[in-house]
Amino acid sequence: MSGLFLAILGAAFATFMAGIGSSIGVGKAGVAAAGVLAEEPSLFSKVLILMLLPATQGIYGLLVAFLTLSAVGVIGEPVGTISVAKGALYLAACLPIAFSGLISAVHQGKCSVAGINTVSKKPDQMGKALIIPAMVETYAILALLISILAINGIKPLAI
Amino acid sequence: MSKSEDYIYAVARIRCKEGKLFSSKNLEQMISMKDAQSVKRYLSENGWSLSSGAEDSDALTEEEKSVWVLMKDLVGDLSCFDFLRVQSDFQNLKACIKSVYSACDPTPMFVQGGTVDPAIIYKSVSDKSYGDLPDYLSGAADEAMSTLLRTGDGQLCDILIDKACLNKVYSLGKVSADEIIREYCEVFVASANIRMAVRGVKLCKSADFFMRTMAECDSLNLKSLAVAAAKGFDEICSYLSSTDYKSAVSSIKDSLTSFEKWCDNYIMQKLRSQKSDPFSIGPLVAYIIARQTEIKAVRLILTAKINDLEDSIIRERIRDMYV
Repeated sequence: MSGLFLAILGAAFATFMAGIGSSIGVGKAGVAAAGVLAEEPSLFSKVLILMLLPATQGIYGLLVAFLTLSAVGVIGEPVGTISVAKGALYLAACLPIAFSGLISAVHQGKCSVAGINTVSKKPDQMGKALIIPAMVETYAILALLISILAINGIKPLAI
Repeated sequence: MSKSEDYIYAVARIRCKEGKLFSSKNLEQMISMKDAQSVKRYLSENGWSLSSGAEDSDALTEEEKSVWVLMKDLVGDLSCFDFLRVQSDFQNLKACIKSVYSACDPTPMFVQGGTVDPAIIYKSVSDKSYGDLPDYLSGAADEAMSTLLRTGDGQLCDILIDKACLNKVYSLGKVSADEIIREYCEVFVASANIRMAVRGVKLCKSADFFMRTMAECDSLNLKSLAVAAAKGFDEICSYLSSTDYKSAVSSIKDSLTSFEKWCDNYIMQKLRSQKSDPFSIGPLVAYIIARQTEIKAVRLILTAKINDLEDSIIRERIRDMYV
C-alpha cells in the first residue's frame, strides 16, 4: 500500500463523508422549506438561507480534500514520492472534517428544519431561527481548522 | 412505526396554518360583537367561507371537511388518524340507529371525517346487515340496534356505542408508536369514564352498572372508580384526588359543563407540547384537534348570537385554544 493511496483515501473520506452529511441535512431542510413555500411563497429567501446552512460541511470536506491532493502532488506541482507513514498522516488529518462534517451536517439539518418551522409561524424571528442551527456549524469549523492545520503541519515533515 | 422524515413537509405546512388559527383573544373579540352578522363578517375577513347569505351549519361543515382534505393532501393515508376518525364513525352510527328507529333523515346529524361513509352505515343499519361495516363497528351496531328494538331505551343504546368507541380508541392508542397519540387516547378514555361516573351518580346507578359501561384505561382503576361512583359524588372526588386527574376535582364540584370544559382543556394542554416538535405526527394531530375546537367555538358563538344568549353563557363553554 503506497503513501499516495492513503492520502487520496483521506481526501476521499473528507469529501464523501462530509458530502453525505450535507446532502442529508440539506435534504431534510429542503423538504421543510418546500412545505412552507406551499403555504407562504413570500418566505422563499428566508427559508433558503436556513436550508443551505447544512451545505457548508460538504464544502469544508471538499476544501480539505483539495488541500490534501495538492499537498501530495496529485493536483498542482509534483512533490515526489509520499511515504506510507506520511500518507497515513494525511489520512488521519482528513478524519476530523470527515466525521465531524457528517454528523454535524445531519444535526444541523434537523435544527434548520426546526428553524424553518419557527420562521413559517413568526417570520420576524428569522435572526434567532438562524443563530440556533448556526451554533452546530461551530463544531464543523473546529474540525476544518484541525484538518487544515494538520495537513499544513505534515507537509514539511521529512518522513 | 412511521419515520420522522415522513412528516417534515406536513409539519412545515401546518406551522404556516397554525398562525391563522383563532386565539382566545380572537374568540373574545367575536363574543363581544353585537350580533351574528358582525361575527360572520369577522369570520369572512379571516378567510372563513361564511357570508350573510350562506347557511351557517353548511359552511361550518365545509370547514370541518376541509381539515380532512388538508390532511389527505399532507399524508395521503389517513389511517394514522383513525383514533380520531373512528369517533365520527360511532357518532354517525348513533345517528343512523336513532333515525332508523324513529324513521327520520339522519343526514343533518352526520359528522365529517369518519373512516366509513355515513351512507354505508345507514344502509347497513336499515338493512340490519352489517357485513359492509368494519368489525369494531358491526358488533356495536348489531348490539345497539337489537337493544334499542328490544328495550326502546335510547340512553342504553348510546352507552353501548360509547363503550365500543372507547374500547376502539383505547386499542388504537395502545398500538400507536407516537406518544402523543397514546397519551390522547388514554386521556380521552379516562375522561369519558369520569364523565360516566359523574353522570351516573345523579341517576343512582350501581357499581356493576359502572363496571359494564366504563372502558379499560391505564390511568384509572375502574373498580375503584365504579365503587366510588356507586357511593356518591364525594367518593368520586376523593378517588380522583389520588390520580393524575386531581385537577379535575374542582371543576367536577362546580358542574358537569365545567368538567367537560376541563377535559377538553386538559387534552389541549397536552397537545401544546407539539408546538416545538418539527418531525413527528404530533403537530398534525394537535392541528386537527385545534381546528375542530375552533370550529366548535365558532358554532357556539354564532348559535348564541343568533339566539341572543348572554355573553357569560358563551364564555362559560368556550374551550382554551391551541394558539
